[in-house]
Amino acid sequence: MVGQLLAQHFVHTALWAGAVVAIVSGAIGVFVVSRGMSFAVHAISELGFTGAAGALVVGIDPVLGILGGSLLVGLVLGLLSLRGRERDSAIGAVLAFGLGVGVLFLSLYQGYATEATNLLFGSIVGVSDGQLRDLVVVGGIVLVGLAVLYRPLFFSSVDPEIAAARGVPLRALSVAIFLLLGLTTAEAIQVVGVLLVLTLVITPAAAAQRLTARPGLALVLSVAIALGSTEGGILLSLEKSWPTSFFITTLSFAAYVAARIYDWSRGRQKRLSSSPPRRLWAVR
Amino acid sequence: MSVVTVDDLALRFGERTLFEGLGFELERGELLSVLGPNGTGKTSLIRILLGLLQPSAGRVVVEGCPPRERCHRIGYVPQQRIFDRDVVLRGRDLVRFGLDGHRWGFARLDGEATAQVDAALAEVGAAAYADAPVGRLSGGEQQRLRLAQALVADPVLILADEPLLSLDLAQQRAVVDLLDARRRRAGTPVVFVTHDINPVLHTVDRVLYLAPGSWAIGTPDEVLTSDTLSRLYDTDVDVLRVRGRVVVVGTPDDQHVHHVGEEHVH
Repeated sequence: MVGQLLAQHFVHTALWAGAVVAIVSGAIGVFVVSRGMSFAVHAISELGFTGAAGALVVGIDPVLGILGGSLLVGLVLGLLSLRGRERDSAIGAVLAFGLGVGVLFLSLYQGYATEATNLLFGSIVGVSDGQLRDLVVVGGIVLVGLAVLYRPLFFSSVDPEIAAARGVPLRALSVAIFLLLGLTTAEAIQVVGVLLVLTLVITPAAAAQRLTARPGLALVLSVAIALGSTEGGILLSLEKSWPTSFFITTLSFAAYVAARIYDWSRGRQKRLSSSPPRRLWAVR
Repeated sequence: MSVVTVDDLALRFGERTLFEGLGFELERGELLSVLGPNGTGKTSLIRILLGLLQPSAGRVVVEGCPPRERCHRIGYVPQQRIFDRDVVLRGRDLVRFGLDGHRWGFARLDGEATAQVDAALAEVGAAAYADAPVGRLSGGEQQRLRLAQALVADPVLILADEPLLSLDLAQQRAVVDLLDARRRRAGTPVVFVTHDINPVLHTVDRVLYLAPGSWAIGTPDEVLTSDTLSRLYDTDVDVLRVRGRVVVVGTPDDQHVHHVGEEHVH
């Protein structure tokens, strides 16, 4: 049965769409994780949902609503460029209000309930050729943006004070990463849905972070884990007709758990082999 | 010719004047220590020298150019801020930031840059953990890497803002010795902000003392006296010399009694 399905055009489209979204999500995830922006990702995607629900009410393409919603929130959060707890609570407040508006839009919407379910949990097999083209274009914009911003973005993510002293424009970069994140989120919503965007943007990067301290390698591993989870999840959902999102989240979570176990066992070996602890600082 | 010229500098936040009429020059190889209680503008002075803060009046010139224009590299060692344990960053990546972290695009695999990074790592004795995850290193090791980051681009000036905080005495001594060696070898002047003069007392050329509303600059023997500090604080302040250590008693805030009783091995 899977063999027959694999020959189908819609399956090819789904696999391509999944690949594009996974590459973009895995790549930006490394920066999102290093800047501690997980909660922001969640907020942006939920407000993408509000945008989509609003678009359904007024009868335009919900993808445009997603883009509008996540870009708007990304812009606001980026301009605020808050840090630490203040950012945490500000995002919480914006998120709750946005979801409330989304609930109103949904109650106003007279169409099919499946549209809403698809938004929340994804509908990768429903991706059309036109949508795939849009995914490629938007994904390309995000990747080019990340490539251009790579060094100063990375610098300011891990060491903002020194980066500022070297003339790196922190606020402009904050706005830029939030806008790119808005675009990425809008992409990922179409594959895994609003509630599961974190599984592609956060989990693979968090796993990669446990595997290596080499920035370039972490980026590659994060993309590889996102890609493997997405394509594997789509293929598994052909074999057994459970939701694709379930398989994708399960695979990426498995990678995360495996990475943590690897990290833990490596740390344990090091502790066992190096007692008493090495002194790197000579005492005079 | 002096490397840094600070001329009639003033800094005010609203009604509050941190300092005014501040002026000094820094010669090649000179080590200036900036002392004083909290809230007198020590870190603000560093931020002005970095071009991150506009003074209310006066001007700063570093090698003939205002710092804001970034004509020259300025090495900056900040207050100790421990990295997250899981940060995706090796020691050599942190140092490499000091070379070209502010440029657009990806860093190229560049033999010359790698050699510069290796040289800076060797200079501060951090080669042994160059490839280790930064978040897993001790505070002292991280601070050595920050020093290498400040030195790697061959700066015309080094600014260090409380670089010894939360380091133990041996580590403090190592950081001070590294800065001292650098300025003697390469002639790079160093501005060293500290609340405790004693770790740098043996090597410092001049002291800039920022007190609330007034300041004084000169050699440690000129500035760190009962007379000068009493005048600065406008109250009776005693400066004691105890076994080669300076102890200040009686400042109104009394925040910086210099760790009386701590061991300090010379």
